[in-house]
Amino acid sequence: MAALTDQIALTRGRAAARKTPGGLGDSLFRAASYGAAILVLLFLAGILASIAYGAWPAFQEFGLGFITSSVWNIGQEQYGGLVAIVGTLASAVLALLIGVPLSLGIAVYLTQLCPGWARKPVSMTIELLASVPSIIYGMWGLFVFAPLFARFVQVPVSNLVEGMPIVGTLFYARVPSGVGILTAGIILAIMIVPFVASITRDMLDQIPTVLRESAYGIGCTTWEVVRHVLVPQASVSIIGAIMLGLGRALGETMAVTFVIGNANRLSGSVFDPGSTIASRIANEFNEADGMQLNALMALGCILFVITFFVLIVARLLTRRAKVA
Amino acid sequence: MDAANPLTTAAPARISRVRPGRRVADRILILASTIATLVGIVVLGSILFMLVVEGIKGVSPTLFTAPTPGPGSEGGGIANAILGSLVMTLLAILVATPVGVMAGTFLAEYGRNSKIADVIRFLNDILLSAPSILIGLFVYTLMVRPMGSYSGWAGAVALAIIATPVIVRTTEDMLRLVPSTLREAGAALGAPPSIVIRSITWRGASAGIVTGIILALARIAGETAPLLFTALNNNSWFAPNLMGGVPNLPVMIYQFALSPYPNWQQLAWAGALLITVTILALSIVARFVIKTERSR
Repeated sequence: MAALTDQIALTRGRAAARKTPGGLGDSLFRAASYGAAILVLLFLAGILASIAYGAWPAFQEFGLGFITSSVWNIGQEQYGGLVAIVGTLASAVLALLIGVPLSLGIAVYLTQLCPGWARKPVSMTIELLASVPSIIYGMWGLFVFAPLFARFVQVPVSNLVEGMPIVGTLFYARVPSGVGILTAGIILAIMIVPFVASITRDMLDQIPTVLRESAYGIGCTTWEVVRHVLVPQASVSIIGAIMLGLGRALGETMAVTFVIGNANRLSGSVFDPGSTIASRIANEFNEADGMQLNALMALGCILFVITFFVLIVARLLTRRAKVA
Repeated sequence: MDAANPLTTAAPARISRVRPGRRVADRILILASTIATLVGIVVLGSILFMLVVEGIKGVSPTLFTAPTPGPGSEGGGIANAILGSLVMTLLAILVATPVGVMAGTFLAEYGRNSKIADVIRFLNDILLSAPSILIGLFVYTLMVRPMGSYSGWAGAVALAIIATPVIVRTTEDMLRLVPSTLREAGAALGAPPSIVIRSITWRGASAGIVTGIILALARIAGETAPLLFTALNNNSWFAPNLMGGVPNLPVMIYQFALSPYPNWQQLAWAGALLITVTILALSIVARFVIKTERSR
């Protein structure tokens, strides 16, 4: 069937090359659609070119030191991106650590456990979480979540671990204000859940029912069906979905800007405020000038490279999953 | 989707015959995934609850008639921000729709299996999830810098670039659902490809294409990051020529929520409620359009 339509498409192309009844209008229409498609390519090329152009002076001035230095001194025109780069990676990794188990749990619940009548509404609720704008997550994180987090997590945990080696540094809040790298990670986790969960659910649904039925038929429990039948079948796509979530977490701006605390300080504790590339740009870009502008562009350039690498891998793994 | 066969979804395993280790693992899985789902539902509920409780206090007639107040002055509304957002969003959709639909048409009809279409399809998918703040930087370099001023035009262009890949993707997916036999029938009547596309495939996929446009609208309505460096914001009524800062809801919410003035914060909550309700409504409408299309 596919071969047949291809054949027809081919002959249609040949027919169009000859003089067809459409004439000029037909070729104009074709050219317009081709042009529109090329425009999409130009968008991406334009983004890369403009950011690289803006970043060039900063890379020239600071070289590799831009990545390894943690100084961000506007007065002395000394810029290094280490704090923002580490903050970006740390908050995104925390988001995955929290968000991926949540997403997989939701996908398993929706495909295996959920009673039929509840499937639609629960699915829809989770998917609607994806359309809530990121700034709303930011407000929710700052005004609702952060105070609760400070009171019920940061303070007790800090008191508990104070003085202990390693954990004492990692989970100690000098100022338990509720905002910080971990808060950003949690908000990001909530934001990536709908994407990862709905793609994983679709992948699990595509697995032939026969496989599941035969596993249940030989007496497997739900856990064994999930662990030994479903996960191996869908693992590549699930990893792709996770990478897609990672791409979103890395570049997320507004929600993070609200809850990360915006400090330029390297800290060993996940409770301490920090900043990410995106939040740094959002905070400083409008007042920036000269070299600071170039340095922010350079940060943007690094973000571009990291996210595009992640997204390329994600898309290669999921192939055409769904509109995310 | 239809795999939810009641026989397979809930497997009432005969627990008594199952070894304890297996039973525990199974129970933990069931408990953990139920909790995960509850967490998702509770978070959405909590966000909506917060928005309604805080936002409803700010809803009044002046919200829709008065412009945003200056620092320290009482009262005020968000009429200018609503208007600015509407104008920029509509401009963006007006630009993104023809580009997106035509590009989607190329991918589904003309290009289909060609190399260039594969590349464009792949890069479009990447653009779809690219960080929106980078698009803001791009439009800043492209328009704000050369023009020497923030402008609503730049804001609209940034939003259009975010909306386009959504429309490209849904248009292509929907056109691919139109059976080839319809196209062949059209071609057999002697219609050239452009006529076949316009009066057969577009018509067949119209509901799906509209859904894509609604989804794109929902996507850009709440975008804040790209507007920060392009349209920015201001407290005046917006000028008809769209030059200078143009007030808009997302940036207004951002600035007012973090401000020290109680009336500004109240306006931010009201704006947040308004924007979220609009976007959720658009997403639900898009869902129903797809559903009626499928059942046809």
